[in-house]
Amino acid sequence: MLHIPCPYCGPRDETEFHYGAEAHVAYPEPNEVSDADWAKYIFIRSNPKGWLAERWVHSAGCRRWFNVWRNTVTHEFGPSYKPFTAQPEKPTS
Amino acid sequence: MTNEILNFTFDGSPYIGRPGDTLASALLRSNVVHFTDSSYKERPRGIFGLWVEEPNALVTVETGAGETMVPATTIELVDGLVARSLQGVGDLPDTRDNARYDKTNRHVDVLVVGAGLSGLMAAAEHARAGRSVIIVDDKPEVGGHLADLQREVPADLLDVLALPNVTHLQRTTVIGLYDQGYAVAVERRTDHVSTEVRSDMSRMRTWHIRADHTVLATGALQRPLVFANNDRPGVMLSHAAATYVDKFGVEAFKTAVVVTVDNQGYRDAVRLAHNGVQVIAVVDIRSKPSGRAVEAVKELKIPIFTNKTAVDTGAIAGGRVANVTIASAEGNNPEIINTDLVAMSGGWTPTVHLATYIGIKPTWDRACAAFVVRHKTALHSTTGMLSGDFAEDDEPMVFFGPILDQQQAEVAFVDHQRDATARDLRRAINAGMRSIEHVKRYTAIGTAHDQGKTSGTITMGLIGQALGLAPDEIGSLTFRPPYIQVPFAALAGRDRGLLSDPVRTTPIHSWHVNAGAPMEDVGQWKRPWYFPQAGEDMHAAVLRECAAARNDVAVMDASTLGKIDIQGPDAGIFLDRIYTNMFSTLKVGMSRYGLMCGVDGMVFDDGVTTRVGENHFIMTTTTGGAAKVLDWLEEWLQTEWPDLKVYCTSVTEQISTVAIIGPKSRELMGRLSPGLDVSNEAFAFMENKHAEVSGVAARIARISFSGELAYEINVPAWYGLHIWESVMREGADLNITPYGTESMHVLRAEKGFVIVGQETDGTQTPDDLGMDWIVSKKKDFVGKRSFSRADTSRAGRHQLVGILPDQGDYVVPEGAYIANASDANVAMPIKHIGYITSSYPSAELGRSFALALVANGRERIGERIAIPMADRVVTGVITDSVFIDKENSRRDG
Repeated sequence: MLHIPCPYCGPRDETEFHYGAEAHVAYPEPNEVSDADWAKYIFIRSNPKGWLAERWVHSAGCRRWFNVWRNTVTHEFGPSYKPFTAQPEKPTS
Repeated sequence: MTNEILNFTFDGSPYIGRPGDTLASALLRSNVVHFTDSSYKERPRGIFGLWVEEPNALVTVETGAGETMVPATTIELVDGLVARSLQGVGDLPDTRDNARYDKTNRHVDVLVVGAGLSGLMAAAEHARAGRSVIIVDDKPEVGGHLADLQREVPADLLDVLALPNVTHLQRTTVIGLYDQGYAVAVERRTDHVSTEVRSDMSRMRTWHIRADHTVLATGALQRPLVFANNDRPGVMLSHAAATYVDKFGVEAFKTAVVVTVDNQGYRDAVRLAHNGVQVIAVVDIRSKPSGRAVEAVKELKIPIFTNKTAVDTGAIAGGRVANVTIASAEGNNPEIINTDLVAMSGGWTPTVHLATYIGIKPTWDRACAAFVVRHKTALHSTTGMLSGDFAEDDEPMVFFGPILDQQQAEVAFVDHQRDATARDLRRAINAGMRSIEHVKRYTAIGTAHDQGKTSGTITMGLIGQALGLAPDEIGSLTFRPPYIQVPFAALAGRDRGLLSDPVRTTPIHSWHVNAGAPMEDVGQWKRPWYFPQAGEDMHAAVLRECAAARNDVAVMDASTLGKIDIQGPDAGIFLDRIYTNMFSTLKVGMSRYGLMCGVDGMVFDDGVTTRVGENHFIMTTTTGGAAKVLDWLEEWLQTEWPDLKVYCTSVTEQISTVAIIGPKSRELMGRLSPGLDVSNEAFAFMENKHAEVSGVAARIARISFSGELAYEINVPAWYGLHIWESVMREGADLNITPYGTESMHVLRAEKGFVIVGQETDGTQTPDDLGMDWIVSKKKDFVGKRSFSRADTSRAGRHQLVGILPDQGDYVVPEGAYIANASDANVAMPIKHIGYITSSYPSAELGRSFALALVANGRERIGERIAIPMADRVVTGVITDSVFIDKENSRRDG
């Protein structure tokens, strides 16, 4: 079970959270976006091997959404951060 | 040693043992060498190992809370124990396990797994540095191999266990290791004391441990060798044999031949010899063994045969081993030696299980002749035999067994519990298997209760031998939790029965129960399904309930509907973006039905939302969708539109909703709320009124999910039962009829109203459901952009329609496929054009009917269809999805 650092509550067990997939996927302006780019927004995520900035929601805690770096290989967590705040550097290790 | 005697029963016969015994040691001391027969080939088998590695000696424990299938080597003997040997397969008991189980959570600086010498040393180092430490060990005693050898654990290490910052858990097995230092351990608390099932203490306790650092000091298990008839009773691991003889006083073996690849075999030979066993020979595959242990064997004048190994054994009647054939690795110069114990030392196999659970790959260490784990990160480290820190003069040779011919290989066992042999391995290789994972699945090696504890490495070694590769070139060992068998009850702890999952009931639930209503589970909610009268089945009850709703008045407990209180100056704008239709224009005091879609344009939830104030809405959601919808709202508010001042709160549990429906509901509503003008002019459809109902302030909404005139009475939850009882009392002479979820489904389906999750599966747009009328063309909302995507706007999508089967008394099963009528008589498979989503008998229609999703359905209304069932083909016609009151004349009474 992952131990997820909620920026509001501190580290908590994974069972308290829901996953929100990749962070920083911008909501496109619907009237200006092409079909292809809209489909990309709906269906395509980057899914890298290694560090990925993800969204999580602390649904059984403060009910707040936040972003966090997670390594998809080691499951290690990097820094977490509140929405609309500066994104910390991608962890190097 | 005390002189206390423990009486126990094994396979129906009485035996005695003594404190400190395992069931296995006590049986061996009673000369039970032939323990059971193997599961598939029915070959005689004996106790083979010392602890959890035991592949043969499985038992069912019948006393205490009982155990279905556990190795006798891991059962601590207690007085009165009753056990029965198993031939590989146990039967699950059909009785309830009445023992108590518990769980606890711990956060520590350091978790040490294993309290052998290296684990103790690691614990001491961390504890002395002031860190909080949990040290866990699965054996009855601390000390690992030291305990097997009856050697004292250094006192300064024992002192550490008593430090206030150290928690010491003996008889506790770490069964799983997971991400971020999370470990699950199961502590056995009572079985070693007595057979009593205690009511004042849990039998087992599951520890959920989160450690900043985990030290793996899991030690090693001894490996067997693979030769013909290596499975006979009396062929054992040498460390196990020597420990049974030395520590437990087993006298079942008069003579022994030790077959070894390392110096451990010599140490065990010395222990056997010191305890009265005549060691006839040490047979060593190595050419020049050396070291202290070798010298000790020489001093005892025990003959040593070098460059030799065991190739076969012989047996006396009954199957017990009587002799061993030794020869060169190629099988040359065979020689038979009579003995009643063949003790094997095939090298050590470090217990790498926990390490592999978290993705650490063991590496093959040629000098250790073993897969070892040497790992050190901030989160984990390894020590002791797991890291290849074997006794300094072990000097093992990489050797798994002699070259065998086909006949020998057929009886050379690799996995005793699965009866899998060297021949099976050859078959797997000849069939093209190379990877250990493929071989495992082909041969079933490593898939029994012991999960390959003795067979894993030799499997890789033998594949390697056959292919001329080193074991690590075959693949890496991967294991999965749990490390040992664990009762489900131990993992569940107290969360059993009623506590296994929360049960949600409405404030009116007790009335439903007293009325004898069977309950339907809707998510965690218990909802009354139907209210049968004497002698009625569901079919009869539902027809009666629906008739009452259409002709008189009926009442339903709608309290489970999800309710979300939405407040803030931007609430209207927010709802405009979430729902497909407009809400910012809704007048205060009015309700509106709304549909919400995902970004993909597919219907996600629906419900009626009421504007109770300028900046205040109450949204209702489907019963099962409440939490999901609230999460959805929060996601948009928090991550896309933080500028909107909107606040959402679940009020599902706070409000009770009683719905009264039917032509006589106006009469009843007037009686319940005498001050309220219930005329259609004063209280129109979709209007809300605040009024007193039976003395309670209520919000009454004219909302209908049946097409009938209807009122929903909303009150604070604690008045729910009071309102319900008032409705029943005041409506007695109007044929007031309580109805459940089944009638609700029928009534709405007759009117063509969809249920999200029944008519939808996440691939329907509003237009697919014929609900284009609710989709605003003027504004943007979540999902709108997707309506113009090629796939969502294409022709031929499945659309909601009605189906009338020709045979009006036949209810088509929900989920049934629909085909063109012209395909009715073609052979299977028949091309389908859609499927049934809802199907019921209808009192109002006097026949059965269904809703369905059919390709291009709306254009096909009137067309004939066929529904192929297992035993026949049902025919019918596609109709409009609204079966009654297309002009909405009933809703105003």
